[in-house]
Amino acid sequence: MNTPGQSVAVVGLRPAATSGPLLEISDLQTEIVTRGAKITPVDGVSLTIAPGETVGLVGESGSGKTMTAMSILRLLPPGGTITGGSVKFAGRELTGLADREMRRLRGSDIGMIFQDPMTSLNPTRTVGSQLMEAYRIHRGGSLRAARNRATEVLGLVGMPRPAERLGDYPHQLSGGMRQRVMIALALVCEPALLIADEPTTALDVSIQAQILELLDDLKSRLSMGILLVTHDLGVIAGHSDRVAVMYAGRVVEQSSTVELFRAPAHRYTEALFESMPTLELDARRSLVAIAGAPPKLSGLPAMCRFAPRCRFASDICRDRDPVLEEVGPGHTYACFHPRVEGETARVAEDLGLRAPRPQASETPLLELVDVHRDFRLRSGSPFRPRRELHAVSGVTLSVRSGETLGLVGESGCGKTTIGRMLVGLETPTAGTVRFEGADIAGLAPQDFRKRRRNLQMMFQDSSAALDPRMTVSALVEEPLAAQGIGSGAERRAQVALMLEAVGLPADAGTRYAHEFSGGQRQRIAIARALSLRPSVIVADEPVSALDVSIQAQILNLMRSLQDEYGLTYVVISHDLSLLKYLADRIGVMYLGKLVELGDSESVYSSPLHPYTAGLIAAIPVPDPLRARQKVATRLGGELPSAIDPPSGCRFRTRCPLATDLCTEKEPELAASDDRHAVACHHPLAPSAVVPVPQFLGMP
Amino acid sequence: MIATVTPRARLAGAAGSVRQQLSRVVVAVAVLLILAVLLAPGLLAHQDPINTGDDILTGPSAAHWFGTDQLGRDVYSRTVYGARPVLLASVLGVIVAALAGVGIGVIGGSGPRWVRAVTMRVVDVLLALPVLLIALILIATVGSGVPSIVLAVGVAFTPGFARVVESSVRQLRAVEFVQAAKVFGSRSSRTAVRHLLPNLATEVVVLISSGIGWAVLTATTLSFLGLGVQLPAADWGSDLAAGASNLSMAWWLSTFPGIAITITILLTNFLGDYVMTVLDPRHGHRRMLFRRFVLPMFRREKAAA
Amino acid sequence: MDYVLRRLAAALPVLFGITVLAFLLIHLMPGDPAQIILFGSNSTPEQIAGLRQQLGLNDSLPRQYLDFLGQLLHGNLGTSYLTQNSVAHELLSRAPSTLVLTFSALAVAIVIGVPLGLAAGVRPNSSLDRLCRGFSFLGVAIPYFFLALVLVLFFSVKLQWLPAIDDGTVSSLIIPAVSLGWGYSAILTRLIRGKIIQEYRSDYVKAARAHGASESRVLMRHALRNSSIPAITTIGLQFGNILTGAAITEVIFGRAGIGSFLATSITSKNIPVVQGAVVLIGGGYVVINLIIDLIVGAVDPRTRLATAVA
Repeated sequence: MNTPGQSVAVVGLRPAATSGPLLEISDLQTEIVTRGAKITPVDGVSLTIAPGETVGLVGESGSGKTMTAMSILRLLPPGGTITGGSVKFAGRELTGLADREMRRLRGSDIGMIFQDPMTSLNPTRTVGSQLMEAYRIHRGGSLRAARNRATEVLGLVGMPRPAERLGDYPHQLSGGMRQRVMIALALVCEPALLIADEPTTALDVSIQAQILELLDDLKSRLSMGILLVTHDLGVIAGHSDRVAVMYAGRVVEQSSTVELFRAPAHRYTEALFESMPTLELDARRSLVAIAGAPPKLSGLPAMCRFAPRCRFASDICRDRDPVLEEVGPGHTYACFHPRVEGETARVAEDLGLRAPRPQASETPLLELVDVHRDFRLRSGSPFRPRRELHAVSGVTLSVRSGETLGLVGESGCGKTTIGRMLVGLETPTAGTVRFEGADIAGLAPQDFRKRRRNLQMMFQDSSAALDPRMTVSALVEEPLAAQGIGSGAERRAQVALMLEAVGLPADAGTRYAHEFSGGQRQRIAIARALSLRPSVIVADEPVSALDVSIQAQILNLMRSLQDEYGLTYVVISHDLSLLKYLADRIGVMYLGKLVELGDSESVYSSPLHPYTAGLIAAIPVPDPLRARQKVATRLGGELPSAIDPPSGCRFRTRCPLATDLCTEKEPELAASDDRHAVACHHPLAPSAVVPVPQFLGMP
Repeated sequence: MIATVTPRARLAGAAGSVRQQLSRVVVAVAVLLILAVLLAPGLLAHQDPINTGDDILTGPSAAHWFGTDQLGRDVYSRTVYGARPVLLASVLGVIVAALAGVGIGVIGGSGPRWVRAVTMRVVDVLLALPVLLIALILIATVGSGVPSIVLAVGVAFTPGFARVVESSVRQLRAVEFVQAAKVFGSRSSRTAVRHLLPNLATEVVVLISSGIGWAVLTATTLSFLGLGVQLPAADWGSDLAAGASNLSMAWWLSTFPGIAITITILLTNFLGDYVMTVLDPRHGHRRMLFRRFVLPMFRREKAAA
Repeated sequence: MDYVLRRLAAALPVLFGITVLAFLLIHLMPGDPAQIILFGSNSTPEQIAGLRQQLGLNDSLPRQYLDFLGQLLHGNLGTSYLTQNSVAHELLSRAPSTLVLTFSALAVAIVIGVPLGLAAGVRPNSSLDRLCRGFSFLGVAIPYFFLALVLVLFFSVKLQWLPAIDDGTVSSLIIPAVSLGWGYSAILTRLIRGKIIQEYRSDYVKAARAHGASESRVLMRHALRNSSIPAITTIGLQFGNILTGAAITEVIFGRAGIGSFLATSITSKNIPVVQGAVVLIGGGYVVINLIIDLIVGAVDPRTRLATAVA
């Protein structure tokens, strides 16, 4: 009863990629008309997917990759229409299909997974009812049959105890589990094609790895075709057979994954690779940022759309549309000045190695001594004791003058709370925060206010941190005004200086923050934090909201400002590769605890804590060959609750090496050598000297 | 001080220009009408609204556009003159409520924990009582007349306003730009003046402009019940009530004051929506208006302080 | 269960506050209650003093409040100054008629408001949407007492289809219910329209479509269900206003109910009646909103969650 029409492949065998395409998009054009303005987010896209093949569609935000995916299902936003080209699914033209027929296809033959599992499930209905609905829309049948299928499919996506989960509401599940439900919903009718739109972007690294592996596994078991839409080259590398790179509504390059990563031809693809901080990158090098921002997708003249940002652009690029050319079998690109294979020297102006910085002095500038921060929760009932969420429990950490300290961890590990305590936005429940030797809790409010000019913060969401009612110059001037520094004229001069230092246009001062793009807003935030000439800047996820090419601009800027002004940074991020590039020392956090701390070089090359090792293993590597070889030291399971953390070592519930000792005793952060410390009873091997751990319980 | 219009803003201005022009015209006409009715009702209506005449209960005619009532008074004049008490009472009442609501809301949103708890519980209690019941009890206590209606509307609307202000103060305090100010070492008083109040000010303006419609309804209900302006003075609510007894013979007695109330509420609601969009700083071209007219006012206040 | 207890715990202080407020009314009103009661008869100072003693007005305030509360818990709201009848009895005997009108108006509001809101929200900026928006703009602006007169003029005086004055039949309920419910239906239309537009933009609606759900299914099983939550909450918050609206509509149509009784009591400063009304209406509001919280908790499981950071 539940055998779908097309996919009659043998389970476990991938059909050859040549057995006729499953999906064939040619010269697709999609327009969206909104309030008089017309944009063309998809402008001549061609793409094929064979059964059992994963095709990665990669591009920055606004490149039209999601709109391409939505055009296949014909689920465009209001005002959106397909204005040209064709979409053929299993030989059937979809663009002119009747709505009824189209609906029959959605979910049944073509399944879709969305980016954010928080919002993509109906919050007011149980998992089971949503799964059963999705099944019965297409397959009908009894409720009992639907329930059985729902249980089966939940089991398929690796949900523990699937039958019990049917009665759960989405909010009762963790993010990773929700995404599994989302996948189950897409698979309930065994579609032949699965469209996954940024399936892991909203998830933590370790969960991301689990979900991607699940997709790989399902693909080979169900012999589906997958269209994997993402902005992350790392994800593409490990999990797709072929890649199409999109820029400004067009596919600019398409090839097999191995070929693309080995020898990208289009200059945009090349630039994308160069602007990514990877674990292998020499931290002394600057990233090659792509200047400028992508064009607006309306009324573009015939020209290479990347030309305004391209280092190699010549007159011809600005005159004519490049056409797709073939370099090898299945490798096409649209560029007038392609990268030639074997081309070695990267043409670059500012690629000199970063000058060695003065050695960070050993005297701590900013210090946390055994700090705790608990949040009270509103209790479930008035007659029960209030519960507490232990966001940070006992972290000791010092920041040295002139260094960059990175704090890394998954969401909910307490890294943001630490950042907020460092700048005095949160008061520790216990423990002390010292700045320049003085306990900030002990300072008189007046003194602390004055001292704050040396201690600044960059917030995660720059658009929320900038008052929408102030012009940019008022925003940058504000810290000076608040501290009462300088006369009006002096302040204005300082503002102009700062705006120039962060590379904002001269007229930026008179405009409002929301008129700027994300990258430029982050520049405003930097100018603002810098205007007081602080010694320390705490940056919470400084680039997580930005596209790769813009990210590189901001990271480079942060580094050059550090050299220029002798800044000390505390950078908080979930992204290990970014910290590897930016930070001198790294602290790894897990569930409110600091589990490992050391020089970034040695933390990466020889991680001591199993959690750190697992995190490193989970990072998607933008290298298809290595990504496939990766040994599975990956993290299983999910982050436990910070309300009732596990006894002893908090990581033990997910640790492959856990023993009884880990349940009983909490490991202390102990130095393995003078530059590397770990809190683990069974640290990993590579480090030669393992000192006698001092397991003497709480001091 | 006035920045150049960015190309994008200009584009948006061109796209919505028809609608925009229309709403500007409506706003201008409304403001003119309100001013005329308040300051010089004689310009619009030449007959004395209280003078009795010989034509009793005549229908609308050239001499009496809206007809006459049982005492021969001109309904048109009474309708024009009747606007004044209603508008005065509801606008002043809403302003009273806004002042009290902001005060209570700011205390309830930013005071010490126990003060917040007590204040907001009291507001909760008052919110449980319907606006009209509070107003009626107050009128019974202090007697009828325009000042009583101002007081009644003011007190009855305060809990609702306080609740809105309190929740936005709480939200604002958690907003990152307020936290950012803290990181710069901005004094809390400075943060309040520079960030909380300007962001609250627009909220309060929106609250006032959208509250006036409800206030007009409340005020006319009170006078409809005979608790507002006393006859023979012209007043929409009491005229409407008086006309109700002659409904089958003279439909115009109640209809015209009723239409006047409806149009007034329509216009004030429209003004409220207009103000809301004008004050939204993220709203392209309209922001320019705000920058040009409202911001300088803030600046002047600051300079004076 | 936890959720129910939590809602109850939040409602109790408000109930308590309402009784305090009602109690204080007697002292907030200007003039001596004893004098008000004896107004008209040629009272001597001795009579007034005696009555003050009898009313317990010479006790301390907390003592008086406790007495008041004790009486209240026994269902005793005092006696009317004018008729010497039990206030509780007077109010409760009149309440059913008022409640019937209130709920009929509510029904009218829902029957008109919800479909219009849906129709407008499903196709924003269509001509149907413009019509609905016009309706809701106008609907909020027409005062119900004026609408009542207009409806009477047309349907009773001109067409003579419906009775203008209450005669106990259902048809005499139609005009009052429609004129009162009309404005609230406009509020509902506006609310549901906005909410449906918002839900239609949400990811889970996109996802439902991607799973092949038809438009009617998307609307009925997903968007409508989630838009109904704020609508239910709004009805709860407006309940007090609809109730007082019903009371005033009663006055217009000469219906027997608490409306005219309350109006005369307020103007004649018949304080026990006003106190009783405050307790009943305020308490009713709290109870209704408690029930609505529970309904919302059943429809939207997220609200049952207890993990908001304090």
